[in-house]
Amino acid sequence: MKEKIEQLQKEIEIKVKEVKTLKEWNDLKVEYLGKKGPISAILSGMRDLSIEEKKETGKLVNELKETVGILLDEQRAQIEAKELEEKLSKEEIDISLPATKIPVGTPNILEKLIEESEELFMSMGYDVVEGPELEKDYYNFELLNLPKGHPARDAQDTFYTKGEELLLRSQTSPVQVRTMLANEEKEPLRIVCPGKTYRRDDDDATHSHQFTQMEGLLIDKNISLADLKGTFDIIAKKLFGIERETRFRPSFYPFTEPSVELDISCFNCGGKGCPLCKHTGWITVGGAGMVHPRVLENGGYDPKEWTGFAFGFGMERLAMLKYGITDIRTFYTNDLRVTDTFNRTEAE
Amino acid sequence: MAISMNWVRDYVDYKDVDLKEVADKITRAGINIEQVESKYIPNLVTGEVISCEMHPDSDHLKVCQVNVGDHKEQIVCGAGNVRTGIKVIVALPGAILPGDFEIKASKIRGVESNGMICALFELGLEEKTEESYNRGIEELDPATPVGVDVCKHFGWDDTCYTLDLNPNRSDCNNHIPFSYEVAAVLGEKVTLPDITTHPVKETIDGKLNLKIETDNCPMYNAKIVTDVKIGPSPEFIKHRLEVAGMRSINNVVDISNYVMLEYGQPLHFFDRDKLGDTILVRMAEDQEKIVTLDGKERNLSKDDIIITDGKKPVCIAGVMGGLNSGIDENTKSIVIESAIFDSYHVRYTSINHELRSEASLRYEKGLNYEYCTMAIERACHLLEKYADAKVLSGTMTHDVMDKTPKEVTFTLRQVNDLLGMELTKQDALKSLDGLGFEYEVNKDEFHVTIPNRRLDVEAHVSDLAEEIGRLYGYDHIESKLPTGEGRPGRYIGLVADRKLVSKRLRSLGLNEARTYTLISPEEDQLFRYHHQTPIALLRPMSTDKSIIRQTLLPSLVKTVEYNKARGTKDVCLYEIANTYFNEEEEDTLVSIAMMGNYLTPTWQGAKMKVDFYLIKGIVEDIFDYMGLKNRYTFVKETTPDLHPGMSAKILLDREEVGVIGRVHPSVMKDELYVAEFSLKKLASKKIKPIKFKEISKYPSVTKDMAFVVSKKVPAEDLLAQIKKSGGRLLTDIHIFDVYVGENVGQDEKSIAFSLTFQDPNKTLQDDEVMKVFNKIISDVEHKLGAVLRDK
Repeated sequence: MKEKIEQLQKEIEIKVKEVKTLKEWNDLKVEYLGKKGPISAILSGMRDLSIEEKKETGKLVNELKETVGILLDEQRAQIEAKELEEKLSKEEIDISLPATKIPVGTPNILEKLIEESEELFMSMGYDVVEGPELEKDYYNFELLNLPKGHPARDAQDTFYTKGEELLLRSQTSPVQVRTMLANEEKEPLRIVCPGKTYRRDDDDATHSHQFTQMEGLLIDKNISLADLKGTFDIIAKKLFGIERETRFRPSFYPFTEPSVELDISCFNCGGKGCPLCKHTGWITVGGAGMVHPRVLENGGYDPKEWTGFAFGFGMERLAMLKYGITDIRTFYTNDLRVTDTFNRTEAE
Repeated sequence: MAISMNWVRDYVDYKDVDLKEVADKITRAGINIEQVESKYIPNLVTGEVISCEMHPDSDHLKVCQVNVGDHKEQIVCGAGNVRTGIKVIVALPGAILPGDFEIKASKIRGVESNGMICALFELGLEEKTEESYNRGIEELDPATPVGVDVCKHFGWDDTCYTLDLNPNRSDCNNHIPFSYEVAAVLGEKVTLPDITTHPVKETIDGKLNLKIETDNCPMYNAKIVTDVKIGPSPEFIKHRLEVAGMRSINNVVDISNYVMLEYGQPLHFFDRDKLGDTILVRMAEDQEKIVTLDGKERNLSKDDIIITDGKKPVCIAGVMGGLNSGIDENTKSIVIESAIFDSYHVRYTSINHELRSEASLRYEKGLNYEYCTMAIERACHLLEKYADAKVLSGTMTHDVMDKTPKEVTFTLRQVNDLLGMELTKQDALKSLDGLGFEYEVNKDEFHVTIPNRRLDVEAHVSDLAEEIGRLYGYDHIESKLPTGEGRPGRYIGLVADRKLVSKRLRSLGLNEARTYTLISPEEDQLFRYHHQTPIALLRPMSTDKSIIRQTLLPSLVKTVEYNKARGTKDVCLYEIANTYFNEEEEDTLVSIAMMGNYLTPTWQGAKMKVDFYLIKGIVEDIFDYMGLKNRYTFVKETTPDLHPGMSAKILLDREEVGVIGRVHPSVMKDELYVAEFSLKKLASKKIKPIKFKEISKYPSVTKDMAFVVSKKVPAEDLLAQIKKSGGRLLTDIHIFDVYVGENVGQDEKSIAFSLTFQDPNKTLQDDEVMKVFNKIISDVEHKLGAVLRDK
């Protein structure tokens, strides 16, 4: 009996290896493990055997069944793997065909720069505040140390609406005074105010009756030009590259005293001198200064106790410098072929 | 406006300095010098014409032999006045004349010519006019030495600075005030010009009545000079006026301008014979008239300050003189005016009469009373010297000027605290000395008197800190960062909502546009669903930008057209911007415009074109994103300039917040869809916080049903009815097909719904679902006149 079983196992081992398809495999399984198969025959023949022999044969048959089961499983896995391989080899695609793009919109070039700047300022503790564009003369000029008839009003000829009391703001500075006045507890203040501004300019490649400013204001105790310089260093490096150097040039703004121009070392030539920096090595990117004591007072802050600095950038100018744009109208025509090229990130 | 550095050297005694470096220092100290230009022309010498013969091949050219000092040159000259014996200016080969015109040795019609005999206009010293051209070459004084450097000899070896001044320092357009800046950076002192005169015994007393009848003239000085001889100005005056950008007229007129360019104090000269013996300053009367020097009649108003002869106006104060009292070539006796008028009124008058002159610009910025007094003496000094004038003794003066000195006391600590630098006492004093500020120092306290010429400096420590700091140099500042309580910044108010919506719209594939707030009246007539009164500018630059917009839609349509004209036909845009109505009420609108393909058709065949439902989907996404799900509806309504069959208003909590629809084909033929809504209204709504909701673990059952219903019944009504009838077991519903065509009646449509039923607490049984399902069918059929399809 033992020999018979070993004979059978050998026979099955050979047959299993010959099986190539799942059908053949199935047939083989029925042939040997089915009710009419040789293993079933052995089991049904056991009834004439002694108890000892029954025990012995039963054990051998079970071992056989187990071994055959493993052999079958292994063979089946091999067949399946091969069949899958064949199937996949027929499914090859041309991966060089174009991708399917999901549309993602882009910000306006100015907004992109504004958002980048805002993130920087917020990380330094500045809140982003906005104010009305149709503004009162009182906030746009008078509280900013620009009373009626002040010569500096000339430089920024303004769009007035009814009654010369209401105007399209010529600067974002009124937001500063409004915020100072709104801060009733007179706590330290850090804000930036980006926004649209308007002046009576004829539109051409470098002038625009509508433009965008971003002003900042910091009020605290013991603030000096050195704090402004350090803050400007960070802005310059973030927006125009880590190797930028900065300098202050004395200037004039009615709402700051002292006032300075904010210059950065030319990012085109590195300061050696080139047409972009008019061979000076420096490019003016904004204006700033220590908040004028009268403006502090108008905002309800006692100038004996508080000092602060304010700065302002023309976002169009910054963007034109940064990206090499030569026509200011580019920002307002919204040519999608142009804005498309801005739909990406940049290295720091 | 330019500064002649030769002129400045009259007041600041500097030697051997590089004027380019000086310019750089001055710029770094806050007076911006835009350009440094040397007026020196090399190879320009004096010469004498020793012979002059006709050119063999020309009827107007002459061949001259010219003694140029160490040798003689043959020069061909075409000027009418060239002749033997005259002294001339010769440009030798190598000279570069204005306009980059280089003189070279050449042959003119076969005859050698080694230079050019020059006219003044060719040297940039005179305007080229018909008159100066006809005058020909410049004939020098016969006493002029031959062979000397012309520029050096006549003082034309000048360097001039072109300034770009901040509005507070327009005083630096004048040579004396500017000299203080030069002196400050060079560590020199300023010497004021000679103002001494030799008055005759005859006095002004009794010869001039001076009356001031307005508060707008705090100072008025008048002097009389007689026996004036009108003639040409000396060369240095001509040259200096030229450099400053003014034309030389005659010695008398030039002196008035010269003194103004020295001190910044405008003077006015009256012809005494025309004026008479009275000067009365008052405000004009409405409709009073004067003919000004330019020959134009001016209609005056009660806001104009005028000078009269007691009866009629003879001058608009600070702006322009009258034709009836001006200097001419026959003038013998002059009344000189040196006065201060209220700057606000002069500004008003010059703008109002469109008469902005060198004088009015100076009055507008305010004047220094000390210079007002000096300038009149200086003019007399020069008139004595260069116009043979006799100066009458005495000055008629009206003076109610506030002369309170501007004084300020501060400590070095205060200055350093503002500047963020550590200046020593010596550093600070060096700056003050340089600027010519007078001071006393008492231990740590500085007591400074601000000179009257510095109208821009206020008696405040921050002003003095600026003066000290700008000279000391801001390059000494060492950067630091503000300390203080650190907390991250954030977006305040509506800005936060705007940023959120903006980013969401971009992620939905829309591009942000930025357009102008000002629009044309025609654009203002479009999409007037807001029914607001337009806000117009008082003085627009042009009509196409004269109205403050109240909807962004016209601007977006324009942007779509702009892109379409450039070949971009798939345009998805949005803009978020402020609008205004009733003068001061502000709204922030979100505006969307979409056209063409939303998804670029793929080679696999996928496509998605923009239609009403897509833009509706965009709008709904924004509302849902803002936490307003199920609180808004779209109500069909005809809207101006939108397609009557494809437009609706958007309601939020039953309040109208915006519009949506296809742009009317009469505005744009292409299928352009737009939507616009108030961000302010969206953001003002209270919303619930997000709360976790458990998903039922029991299986759901999905069943479809379709109804045939009149086209007039909106799908929304069916959805509402199904929801209502479905009760709590109906958890989801969506439309998967809408059919119109031959299988239903002409006025009918078929809408197919997919319904999902689920019980949160147990597995649903078939009979439970069927009960609800049948109730829905029966309710929809009865209440909406619908019929279940394929029953």
